[in-house]
Amino acid sequence: MTTNSVNYIEPTTEELSEGVRLRRKKRAINFAIDVFLIVVSILMLLPLVFLVANAFKTPAEMLSWPPTIIPRDPTIANFSAVLGETPLLRWIGNSIAFAVMSTIAIVATSAVAGYIFGKFRFRTMNILFALFLATAIVPFEVYMIPLYFQAKSLGILNSVWGLLLGYLVMSFGIFLIRQNVIHSIPDELLEAARIDGAGEFWIFLHIVLPLLRGALGALAVLAFFQAWTAFAWPMIVATTRTSYTIEVGLALFQTGFTVDLGRLSAASATVLIPSILLFVILRRNFVQGVASTGLKE
Amino acid sequence: MLKRKRWIFAILAILPTLAIFAYVRLYPIADTLRLSLFKWDILSKNKPFVGLANFRELMGDHLFLDALVNTTIIAFGVLVLTIPMALIIAALIFHRTRSRMAGFYETAIFIPHVVSLVPAAMAWKWIFDARLGPLNALLTFFGIPAQSWLFDPVLSVICIIVLCSWQALGYAVLIYIVGFKNLPVSLYEAAKLDGASGPQSFWYLSIPMLKPITLYVSVVTLVSGFNVYAQAFVLASDAQGAPGRQVRVLVLDMLENSFRNYRVGYAASEAVVLLVIVLALTLIQFSMLRERGKA
Repeated sequence: MTTNSVNYIEPTTEELSEGVRLRRKKRAINFAIDVFLIVVSILMLLPLVFLVANAFKTPAEMLSWPPTIIPRDPTIANFSAVLGETPLLRWIGNSIAFAVMSTIAIVATSAVAGYIFGKFRFRTMNILFALFLATAIVPFEVYMIPLYFQAKSLGILNSVWGLLLGYLVMSFGIFLIRQNVIHSIPDELLEAARIDGAGEFWIFLHIVLPLLRGALGALAVLAFFQAWTAFAWPMIVATTRTSYTIEVGLALFQTGFTVDLGRLSAASATVLIPSILLFVILRRNFVQGVASTGLKE
Repeated sequence: MLKRKRWIFAILAILPTLAIFAYVRLYPIADTLRLSLFKWDILSKNKPFVGLANFRELMGDHLFLDALVNTTIIAFGVLVLTIPMALIIAALIFHRTRSRMAGFYETAIFIPHVVSLVPAAMAWKWIFDARLGPLNALLTFFGIPAQSWLFDPVLSVICIIVLCSWQALGYAVLIYIVGFKNLPVSLYEAAKLDGASGPQSFWYLSIPMLKPITLYVSVVTLVSGFNVYAQAFVLASDAQGAPGRQVRVLVLDMLENSFRNYRVGYAASEAVVLLVIVLALTLIQFSMLRERGKA
């Protein structure tokens, strides 16, 4: 420990070899850790890799052991069968429409509400903010049945609007933007703009929004994936074959007895590959958004 | 005057969001609480007030109790599997934070958390498949008899726990890594000077200091465990192929009561039970955090 910090005394050969030994040991430990983490990472990805591989396999190869990662004679028969049997593309389209609209709604409401709660700290606003936060604890599953009847009375069941009704606001989004407003937008900036005669709306549009770009990007990614992977709500709201989201369509498709795993894998792979690519591209945004969830307390 | 103008702007700006929020969040929450006290079976017009009768009936409803037990086992099973693994993996990734591979580790472990539930569950359905699945092939290779994983009520609970843990792990690891990054470096240097080894400072420094994070991740994991639905729906079809019947979970039981048996009031009382569980978990988290603050 102490050998390498003292540099004006010539280290003895013993001390030198001790340092070399320690460095070697450290490198060996790091190597072991890397091996362990690589194994864990591969194990985590393996189910998905096999799913994609299975999608390209013939029924005979599905049965072979050990399972192959690269199919011996890849076939797209599974894909064409699924696309012929189900409106898979329609379901994907529904999911995309739903996720995009939900993202827009959540980003818009969170941007406005987060800014107001962050910079206009009147008592009424603080009470409202507490209300928003308190309901964040309540899981969606608790109140989705009454919400279903609201959608029904609005006549928007089995449509993308019905899906959207459950995903218009996000308490966490408002919280995230409020934190960002407080930490990254100085009051002096807003005051200076007001003295220059800028209106409140102009300030929001031209000063606040550009400064929140990063946080809003992170929130948008979170909101998109939240809607894209929604299950229980679409399950009860979209109950006709043409209005299913991809999650619901796949879940119901897989309950049929005649469906084989090759076709299921093909359908699943069609959904997985684009969303994994999207995630890898947007990883930084996503991690930033999720990581900030841990910072509340 | 100026203050008044700003107040008016704030109110006008918040109004649309507030209206949406009240309509899609506050009202249905209140309605759940209200409906749980009524007997309402959609078809009939009148909705008699029955007080706590729904809750009394729940206590004797073996389908509901079955669901409650299963859901609790799943939630705690996921917790027990996920938290220790996440803590160790996060510590190791943090240790190797400067290596080029750190980004790969984080991404690989996090991907199961973001992919769509149903396709991911489908991958596991294949793994657990009695006839085609690699798990049974692996077991027979080691001389262990093959199991019908998804058709046995106990084994399928285990399958759901494995699937949910696989999905929950990435989130927990990510939050722990953030936690590690916020720990004071000086403390570790001091420990190192005192001769503490890596595992020692992990055990005596990191674990106690990360307690608030552990509490937070535990509660998030438990709450999402109690809301499990899609995983059970896909993995646990019964012998007739009815989805989710093999392992009854709370959300499934609630939806069946509401949309198959048309007993909305009764389903709402189940939702209230779910809410009470979630609130209790959150309160425990907060009180444990406060105790820590005092100590």
